[in-house]
Amino acid sequence: MLAVFTLWRRELVRFFRQPSRIAGAAGSPLLFWVLIGSGLSGSFKLPGGPSDLSYLEYFFPGTMVLTLLFAAIFSTISVIEDRSQGFLQGVLVAPVPRAAIAAGKVLGGATIAWLQSVIFLALAPLSGIRLTLASALAAAGVLAVLGIALTAVGFAFAWRVDSVQGFHAVMNLLLVPMWLLSGAFFPPSGAPGWLAAVMMANPLTYGVSALRWALYGSAPEVGTGLPGPGLAIGVTILAAVLAFGFDLLAMRGTSE
Amino acid sequence: MSPEPSPAVEARGVEYAYRSRKGVHPALAGLSFQVAPGEIYGFLGPNGGGKTTLFRILATLARPQAGTVGIFGMQDSMAVRRLLGVVFQHPSLDIHLTVRENLLHQGHLYGVRGKDLEGRISAALERFGLADRRDQKAGELSGGLRRRVEIAKALLHEPRLLLLDEPSTGLDPGARRDLWSTLDGLRKEGVTVLLTTHFMEEGDRCDRLALIDRGTLVAEGSPAALKEEIGGDVVTLTGADPEALARELQERFPDLAPEVRDGAVRLEHDRGHALVARLIEALPGRVDAVTVARPTLEDVFLHRTGRRLY
Repeated sequence: MLAVFTLWRRELVRFFRQPSRIAGAAGSPLLFWVLIGSGLSGSFKLPGGPSDLSYLEYFFPGTMVLTLLFAAIFSTISVIEDRSQGFLQGVLVAPVPRAAIAAGKVLGGATIAWLQSVIFLALAPLSGIRLTLASALAAAGVLAVLGIALTAVGFAFAWRVDSVQGFHAVMNLLLVPMWLLSGAFFPPSGAPGWLAAVMMANPLTYGVSALRWALYGSAPEVGTGLPGPGLAIGVTILAAVLAFGFDLLAMRGTSE
Repeated sequence: MSPEPSPAVEARGVEYAYRSRKGVHPALAGLSFQVAPGEIYGFLGPNGGGKTTLFRILATLARPQAGTVGIFGMQDSMAVRRLLGVVFQHPSLDIHLTVRENLLHQGHLYGVRGKDLEGRISAALERFGLADRRDQKAGELSGGLRRRVEIAKALLHEPRLLLLDEPSTGLDPGARRDLWSTLDGLRKEGVTVLLTTHFMEEGDRCDRLALIDRGTLVAEGSPAALKEEIGGDVVTLTGADPEALARELQERFPDLAPEVRDGAVRLEHDRGHALVARLIEALPGRVDAVTVARPTLEDVFLHRTGRRLY
C-alpha cells in the first residue's frame, strides 16, 4: 500500500511541476468545446430531446470525457519516459508486486485526469446544464471510474510500446475513434443503424451515458436510445476492472 | 550463524540468449561462480561480453533460461529484492524530484517510512556529502553527484548485497576515488559488493574477479593470483627500429620470446630488473627507453582469450 501511495504521489508532484502540461491538458478540450460546440449549434437537434437544447450543452459531457481521455493519454506517456530515463528499473528491482506498480501509476494518472475533468465540470452552467450538489457529486463519481478505465487502457499500451510516437499512433487509432463513437459527439439515436450498433458495442458509450444520467437524472435532456443508468454505470465499472486486469496481463513476462 | 553460511551469490550453469527474427544470440553460455559474503567481486570484460545480461539476471530483471542463481541461498525474486541494493549504469533518479524526494520514494518502495526513514535519509545525505543538495532537483546535479545520490538511494534499506553496473563510467577521477572509498567502507561494514566493469584499474581493486568474454568465464581469482599465471614481469623496450631490435634480442638471448606490439618490443621474464641491465649492455645506444612492469589484468585477458580488453 505504501508503494501504491508513493507512486501515486509522485505522479501528482510531477504533474504540478510541469505547468505546460496543466495548460495543455485543460486548454485543448475547452477549445474543442467552444469551437465545435458553437460551430454545430445551428444544425443540431437531439432526437427525443427538448427543442431548445443547444449543441454546446449536448457536447459538454462529451468534452468532459475528452478531457479525461487527453489527460489519461498524457499521464500514461510518463510510463514510457520512466522506462527510457531509467527511473522504472529502480522500481522494478524493489520488492513491490507488479500489481502495486500498475495501481500506483494508474491511480496517479486517473487522479490528474479526474481533477481536470472536475474543473471542467464546474464550467457546466456556462453550457446551460444546471448543476445540483447531487448531480455534481454523481458526475464526479462517474468521471472517477471513467478516468481509471481510460488511464488503465493507456497504461497497458504504454507498458508495451517503446516509443512516445508509437504510443500516440496507437492511442489515436484506438481511443479517439472510441470517443467519437461514444455518443459524446452525436447521439446513437440519430445515427444510421450500423453505426448505432457499433456505438452500442463501444464500452465508452456506456460511460458517456452514465455521465448524462448523472447530470440530468430523468430529465428529457438526456435524450433517447441510451443504455439505462444501471447498465451504463455497471458496464463502466466493469470496463475499469477489465482494463486494470489488462494492465496486469501486459506486465506479465516483461522485465520481471 | 550456521557453520557454513550460504554464499552471497551462487550461480550455476547460467544460460541466457536473446531471440530475434534473425536468430538466437547467446549472451551467457553456462556461467558458474560463487561470491563470498563481505567481498568485493568484479566482473571484468569487454562491452558486449555478457556482463549486462548477467547484471540484469542478478538484479531480478531477467530469469536465467537455464541454470540457477541463489542470493544468500534464496531464489524467489521478492525475497531476493529485499536483500539487494542496485546501482544501474543509467541513472534511475527522477529528475523532476528533489534529492530528498527521490530518497523518500525509494524508502517507501522498500517499506521504510516516517521517522525511521527521515533519520536514514539525513544520515545518508550526511555520509555522502549531499546535505546541502537535499532540496535540489536531481536533474540539476552533476554526474558525479548524481551517482552519489544513486548509491545513497541503493543503500537506504541497508541491503546485504550491493550490485553496481559499470559504476565509474562517466565519472571524473575525483568522483571515482570517492566511489571506491565508499565501496571500501561498505566492505568494512560487511556489505557484499558485486560490480561489472571494463576498466582493468577497477578490476585491480576487487578482492576477487571473474574475467568474462563471450558469455563464458575465462578466469577467476584475486587480481594478484590471476597475474601470477603470466609469471614475472613485462619488459617493454622502445627504439628506432623495433623489428630489428627484436631480431637482435632473439639472436643474443635465445631463451627470450620478444614480440613487437604497438611499435615497442615486449617480452615476459621472471626477473625483469636483472634482465634490463644485461639488455642495455648487450645493445648499447640502440634502446631509447625500457620499462619493467608487473603484468596487468589486460595481459591476463590477452593471455586467456587472445584478444584485448578494449
